[in-house]
Amino acid sequence: MRVALFLTCVNDTLYPDTGRAVVKLLTRLGVDVDFPMAQTCCGQAHYNTGYRHQAEPLARHFSDVFGSDAYDAIVTPSGSCGAMVRELYPRMGERARAEGRGDGLARTVAPVVPKTYELTEFLVDVLGVTDVGAYYPHTVTYHPTCHGLRALGLADRPTRLLRAVEGLELVELPGADECCGFGGTFAVKNADVSAAMGADKVRNAESTGAEVLCAADNSCLMHIGGTMARLRTAVRPVHIAEILASTEEEPLS
Amino acid sequence: MSGGTFVGMPAFPAAAREAVGDATLRANLRHATHTIRDKRARAVAELSDWDRLREAGKRIKDHTLRHLDHYLVRLEESVERAGGTVHWAADAEEANRIVADLVRATGETEVVKVKSMATQEIGLNEALEAEGIRAYETDLAELIVQLGHDRPSHILVPAIHRNRGEIRDIFRKEMGHWGRPAPDGLTDTPAELAEAARLHLREKFLRAKVGISGANFMVAETGTLVVVESEGNGRMCLTLPETLISVVGIEKVVPAWRDLEVFLQTLPRSSTAERMNPYTSMWTGTTDQDGPSAFHLVLLDNGRTDTLADEVGRQALRCIRCSACLNVCPVYERAGGHAYGSVYPGPIGAILSPQLRGTGSDIDASLPYASSLCGACYEVCPVAIDIPEVLVHLRERVVQGGEATRGGNRVTLRPAKGHAAERAAMRAAGLAFARPGALRAGQRLASRTRRLHPRTLPGPGRAWSATRELPEVPAEPFRDWWRRTRGGNSGGTTEGSDR
Repeated sequence: MRVALFLTCVNDTLYPDTGRAVVKLLTRLGVDVDFPMAQTCCGQAHYNTGYRHQAEPLARHFSDVFGSDAYDAIVTPSGSCGAMVRELYPRMGERARAEGRGDGLARTVAPVVPKTYELTEFLVDVLGVTDVGAYYPHTVTYHPTCHGLRALGLADRPTRLLRAVEGLELVELPGADECCGFGGTFAVKNADVSAAMGADKVRNAESTGAEVLCAADNSCLMHIGGTMARLRTAVRPVHIAEILASTEEEPLS
Repeated sequence: MSGGTFVGMPAFPAAAREAVGDATLRANLRHATHTIRDKRARAVAELSDWDRLREAGKRIKDHTLRHLDHYLVRLEESVERAGGTVHWAADAEEANRIVADLVRATGETEVVKVKSMATQEIGLNEALEAEGIRAYETDLAELIVQLGHDRPSHILVPAIHRNRGEIRDIFRKEMGHWGRPAPDGLTDTPAELAEAARLHLREKFLRAKVGISGANFMVAETGTLVVVESEGNGRMCLTLPETLISVVGIEKVVPAWRDLEVFLQTLPRSSTAERMNPYTSMWTGTTDQDGPSAFHLVLLDNGRTDTLADEVGRQALRCIRCSACLNVCPVYERAGGHAYGSVYPGPIGAILSPQLRGTGSDIDASLPYASSLCGACYEVCPVAIDIPEVLVHLRERVVQGGEATRGGNRVTLRPAKGHAAERAAMRAAGLAFARPGALRAGQRLASRTRRLHPRTLPGPGRAWSATRELPEVPAEPFRDWWRRTRGGNSGGTTEGSDR
């Protein structure tokens, strides 16, 4: 199986370890991974802030880069960027059509929509594995990010994967399905409310006694982790891909 | 909403700041919303066909909205056939004038009111006051808000921001100015507070000749209006006075009696987490020797037809005012209801107010951004309003302007002020992202200078670094690692294919 890694611009720029972990994990599971170098950004920040028209060229660019028949699937370690492609690209196509601008955008994005998977979804639904052979001897609590939880409906896929990790103790996060307060530009536009939400999320994570707070989206982890660092908590933020990539021979650095 | 109650509100972020810093308010709100939300989840889980009920409610409302002209005319015919009189009000001013004229015609200077969001939306109490008519709120929470010279902060629990001690103080201090004073030695136990309110209100119910109400539903087929409530005060208002005036938004109509079957299940479970609300009152025109002898229905537009003209935003008119979205919203929980600057707070208010009032004011232009787009509101909505979708749609209107309907006319809106820098940044980012080479150059520059990066950001970014540490820029972006280790082998899609 040949897979295109859609890493996302945030991961590419700020969290390359997550990208390396995805490559390591998928390769270990026998998947042929490619990173199309022309990829940039899915346009989510534009779209969600009210710049739908500016997001359209990015959706077209994404579809040109990832639409190749050479790929069986497009995999991303980000629930919210995955949701952007799968849920919002078709909607953008419909809106363009409703505005009398024809079927062009809808047709352009059509090939990439059904092929795009968030990482944990790809592992469980496409590869059919829950035990990925990982080893991670730590106490972990899982924060399901909003777009993964509600837009993509990841449900218990991430926690099933985590439970199968050797040495890992999974503890429940109180108020897990409440938003951490990131929300893209919301974190800046409504900084006070965002910070209060983040602080509550961090306090909940602390109350579990876990060493690690794990999530499937580095944007949320950037906000939660930034709050953790400021509040000097003992809990660390880690992306789920890095835990799943970790093995006894090659533990997570 | 030209009632004037909320004119001059600051934008949401500024209004929210105060609430975020008020630990008592936040604790009150957290406790109240979490209690209701947990109960709601249990009440909903009892029904095996919830998803079908939700879909049915959505379809009934969509169908009605699509044929609103037809059903409103039908409603008018039914109401008049049953002995009522129908008045049409295009905006707040017209509605207030109609109501004031109707009250004056009775020769009365006092009216009792059962909770009606529509009358708060149009600022009816203030308008009546200006005409020398005093309106008494009779819903317990509304009474607390009125006595406290306050504003409602929740759709279902308008005084959610007040605790028992505050309510006792308000009753002791204010009841005497409005009618029967609070009993001596009133404590803050719920039973004593409820009894004080009961005695105070009973006097008003027995004296009042005019009642003013809203309605949860209006049935086009029969001309029947419906109010659901928990206290029974509404039923007193609806039955004791000689004249009843109901002020209702035009979107509250449903085609047929049997449609109530759906909403009388979904509304109580979504709002108070009850299987059925304690009082369901229905009235159809007038009947000899029973109830009010005169019934007037004021059908209020006030921005609703304009909202209906918007393909994406019109779904907000499906709202049945259950408040489930408020109780799950993490932003509402921290910002409180007053920050939304409207009788409609929370997620639904964030999409309804800027549509009913337009996006011209600071508060209305900021409301579409009062959300992290977490989607919890959409998940609980019993009529499946995709609130995040409408929020993003309204953000577009704020930053880009564009076509909208105001006062029945198509107008071209200019972008709201204060977004020029953001617009420029978005355009620049769009250009960089359209060319992988530019993105890579930017990443490299960031990596090379990473030791020099400040720990705080200037400009709008300061809001980030004030409460959170910035992430460290890695020595090497992923794409450089990939090229270094994989030799840029990327299946024929190379960096050179900039487009």
